[in-house]
Amino acid sequence: MALEDYKGVFIYAQQVDNKIDNIAYELIGKGRELADALSTDVTAVLVGSGVKELADSLGEYGADKVIVVDDPQLKEYRTEPYTHALASVINEFKPEIMLVGATAIGRDLGPRVSARVATGLTADCTFLEIGEFREKPNQLLMTRPAFGGNTIATIACPDNRPQMATVRPGVMQKLERVPGRKAEVIEYKTEFIPDHKYVEILDIVKSVSETVDIMDAKILVSGGRGMGSPENFGMLEELAEALGGQVSCSRAVVDAGWKPKALQVGQTGKTVRPNLYIACGISGAIQHLAGMEESDVIIAINKDETAPIFDVADYGIVGDVKVIVPKLTEAIKSIAK
Amino acid sequence: MKIVVCIKQVPDTKGGVKFKPDGTLDRGAMLSIMNPDDKAGLEAALRLKDQYGAEVTVLSMGLPKAEDVLREALAMGADKAILVTDRVLGGADTWATSTTIAGAIRNLEYDLIITGRQAIDGDTAQVGPQISEHLNIPVISYAQDIKIDGDSVIVERQFDDRYHVLKAKMPCLITALSELNTPRYMTPGGIFDAYEAEITQYGRADLVDVDDSNLGLNGSPTKIAKASDKVRKGAGEKVSLDPEASVKYIMDKLSEKHII
Repeated sequence: MALEDYKGVFIYAQQVDNKIDNIAYELIGKGRELADALSTDVTAVLVGSGVKELADSLGEYGADKVIVVDDPQLKEYRTEPYTHALASVINEFKPEIMLVGATAIGRDLGPRVSARVATGLTADCTFLEIGEFREKPNQLLMTRPAFGGNTIATIACPDNRPQMATVRPGVMQKLERVPGRKAEVIEYKTEFIPDHKYVEILDIVKSVSETVDIMDAKILVSGGRGMGSPENFGMLEELAEALGGQVSCSRAVVDAGWKPKALQVGQTGKTVRPNLYIACGISGAIQHLAGMEESDVIIAINKDETAPIFDVADYGIVGDVKVIVPKLTEAIKSIAK
Repeated sequence: MKIVVCIKQVPDTKGGVKFKPDGTLDRGAMLSIMNPDDKAGLEAALRLKDQYGAEVTVLSMGLPKAEDVLREALAMGADKAILVTDRVLGGADTWATSTTIAGAIRNLEYDLIITGRQAIDGDTAQVGPQISEHLNIPVISYAQDIKIDGDSVIVERQFDDRYHVLKAKMPCLITALSELNTPRYMTPGGIFDAYEAEITQYGRADLVDVDDSNLGLNGSPTKIAKASDKVRKGAGEKVSLDPEASVKYIMDKLSEKHII
């Protein structure tokens, strides 16, 4: 089959516990833009058990079509049946582009699917566009950071289809929801026959989290090792509360056991782009910067005037964070009154 | 039990990153270490060896100098080492790399293959799952705990907000997180023996069931269009004031930006 016969932009609509993940809407948003550039459609692929009704919201966020693969074997994420589902959809519908979220699920599913359908996969993309590669028009150009965020590389997949990428969550923008907008729903049937590759789930242990996902926060007050102790995060909580924001942290803080991994910003944590990011006592390792430098406004408070965090901060304050933060909280509270 | 651990020699990114004119990494020009997630995978294998008895073979694909990380692995307690190296394998992307490593592993007997989750140079986390696909065995990625139960493995598999306890029949491939353990040091005796130990070399001719069209730069579906140093957003203002003035400065900026 000729490469030109592969048509359409497909996105994997990740769901967990029959709830669509934000990444699915983000991928539709980006997919819409790519599809417009190629004059084609955006199709969301929804895989799970009892998930058909979730198709509506994918339509409202901009999907033209939703392919649903529904089977009891797909109740929980497992590599093999999910790989079978997505690879079968690709072989049947032949998309030119297949986007998957670079989540803990997508980074397992993506490579296995790409190997099964024999195409390339570019990991953790932060920028996607349609352009020319070696004089071939209409190629997907996939840009990603590598080498711990030291470099960026743009990758093409000129001779194989689909062109596959995993996309970092929190980087692409979802579209405005249009209530009542409908996608064409296609139910796709394939057989799931358990074999040696089907692993058995013995237990599922959910971590209890009382905080809002830091990727959804509009304001983040983020602490690093410069806070000195886990107790000192109390003042960050107060500042965050006064601003209506959330607390996040650097990797050093997680490694020290002061805060849970769910609050970690950076290359091995989460990518955030809030309206305001206040970095408190964070030196700004390159891996941390990679996770927050797209924030709209960055304020950094640090004792060390040579800290790399100041290289990305819009406003840098050289000073003692433990003295400045409580006074700042008071000032904000006083104008709120 | 036979365990194969795939390890990669990676540039220590702290030493700076250098490229060749074709956009691929100039590995020869940088300092090298054993990839951290792979080292955790090796430690996991050595612990299984301590606990249940096992033969641990380490395998690395790379330049001849990747022998260094194989000797390090032997000094930590691995039993055998294989270096997969050949000029035709250079410039491989994850597809061509996983095809090559699967072709090398087809020479071996194994119950378990352990790889690191991802390498610090590429950060792709693709090669482990892709090897398992080529070998048609189950994969459990992101392992934070590994136990053996008869002919099966029981693994805690990390997700964003939860972990699954999974049971898979061996042979099986597991990708390890560096959080899995703290790797042991090389022993002085181990270093001595490792220096003398023989390292098996595989070239193109030793790869089983692999087509030339899937190897090296030419066999890589993904091509680098361009690579460059990251352009960072420039620094803004930086002030050094007393605490009261610092607070006033921040308040002014927040108000200017309509945040308060």
